[in-house]
Amino acid sequence: MSLHLHPPIPAALEPQLLLLPLMGVSVSAGFPSPAEDWAEERVDLNLRYVQHAEATFYFTVSGDSMVSPIAERSIPDGATLIVDRALSAKHDDIVVAVIDSDFTVKRLYCRNKRLALVAENLAYPPIVMGDEQELSIWGVVTAWIVRPR
Amino acid sequence: MDSEAAMIALVDVNNFYVSCQRVFEPNLIGKPVVVLSNNDGCVISRSAEAKAVGVKMGAPWHQLRDFAEQEGIIARSSNYALYADMSHRVMTILSRFSPNQEIYSIDECFLSFDGLPQDHTELGQEIRSTVLQWTGLPVCVGIAPTKTLAKLANHIAKKQARFNSVCEWQKLSPSQQDAQMQALAASEVWGIGRRISERMAQEGIHTIADLRTANADQIRQRYSIVVQRTVHELRGIPSIELEESTPDKQQILCSRSFGQAIYTEQELGEAISIYIARAAEKLRKQGSVAGSLAVFIRSNPFRPKDPQYSQHILVPLTQASDDTLLLTRAALWVLKRIYRTGFAYAKAGVMLCDLQPRTAVQGHLFLQTADPIKRAALNKVMDDINRQWGRGSIRVASAGFNHGWKMRQNKVSPYWTTRWDDLPKTR
Repeated sequence: MSLHLHPPIPAALEPQLLLLPLMGVSVSAGFPSPAEDWAEERVDLNLRYVQHAEATFYFTVSGDSMVSPIAERSIPDGATLIVDRALSAKHDDIVVAVIDSDFTVKRLYCRNKRLALVAENLAYPPIVMGDEQELSIWGVVTAWIVRPR
Repeated sequence: MDSEAAMIALVDVNNFYVSCQRVFEPNLIGKPVVVLSNNDGCVISRSAEAKAVGVKMGAPWHQLRDFAEQEGIIARSSNYALYADMSHRVMTILSRFSPNQEIYSIDECFLSFDGLPQDHTELGQEIRSTVLQWTGLPVCVGIAPTKTLAKLANHIAKKQARFNSVCEWQKLSPSQQDAQMQALAASEVWGIGRRISERMAQEGIHTIADLRTANADQIRQRYSIVVQRTVHELRGIPSIELEESTPDKQQILCSRSFGQAIYTEQELGEAISIYIARAAEKLRKQGSVAGSLAVFIRSNPFRPKDPQYSQHILVPLTQASDDTLLLTRAALWVLKRIYRTGFAYAKAGVMLCDLQPRTAVQGHLFLQTADPIKRAALNKVMDDINRQWGRGSIRVASAGFNHGWKMRQNKVSPYWTTRWDDLPKTR
């Protein structure tokens, strides 16, 4: 692109266009902070709950298939899942899997050469993998967040 | 370090945009899928299945629509927020494998394998499987003593299944190397564009093998030192260095076509205000100030029956700046001078030029306007808010609110990795 060159915009026309002098900017030097040597990094949820940042993704849970009578295993509708793809899924992990091109969150059963995806909610029957069927695990759930309000 | 040990890997993501879509839409796997450019104009990424049914790169979508319906081709608008995030993930993962990395484009990266003791093909396979598991994206790896050969090896890894996505050039025998080079056109070489390769064909250089054995001095005389370097690189002599940090941009351009024609200065002003905001944000991110800025507007040259108008002006700023408010004012001042009524405007843009590091800016003795520290703080707050709450959450009022002219992106997928409300759902 070739460009016409216009003369500088006259200051009188548009005084606001002028950038401000950087000179004369003083930094106040007062007392050193007595707390400075004691400062620590603030606690960060990422450091505690995200092991592999580049492999971590978030999902929103939809539905009640993981609602359980056992409180600590229960994942309600609307919860945010933290999913780590760098981990290999093992027996009893909660995983995000792809079934018929849809994402599903279930507990992985993997014992005695039997493979199934189990809902925590007893109203949902387990999804049992046949011999021919391939199970596609998208990632392993490492934590979930539930907001009470 | 022994210079003979020089070894470079080129890692790139296969069909990057389509592959990003497939991570979050498993139903697209195995189907012909294309991603469209801004405004849903042209095909800019194709799945292997879409290539197989003959969809060409750059094909205009409106010409393709009937064929797409017939072939079951699925189209998506480009989702750059997603691609940028996925790219960042891939590049960060790759940085673990080598201390020297040159990010070449959104989906391509050179890594130095110099002095890495491992078997290089094994290392390439480890890179491939790690990126695939961590991000869901398939990559190919080419490994060779020069960047040009690494590009070539990558091309071979991609096209020939027996390499399993990783091709180490030095593991091919000299006769195999020669056969590969004879089978590929010179235009497949990195840096050899269409015009050069057409000229080469007239002078008897058809294949990569021809180019490699050409007289390097003559090549320099007839073409350029750049092409001569390419010849050296094809012979395995490193002539193009790994650039570990990308140099700061010298100009920042932000321009778009509108979804529908606009007629008023006010609407043009809204678009230009938004482009300035984007450009100024980039400017601050790289720690530069702009010494001048250009604004351009034009009608639609593809509608020759309409009256046509196109104009642009570059104005120097009295003092270089990175302040969105000041740059917006300057841009609107320019717009006022180039705007003419009676035209259907199809595109507008802004360019920030004469960039220099903020620290190099001279103080100005006689100018005194708003408090510079307050202005810098204001811009920082604006950047912080927009980063946290989404682009455009806070903006200058001249950017407007309605934006009937905004890009057409009818097939855009959710921003799965960058917005809470768009997270993928799992049942």
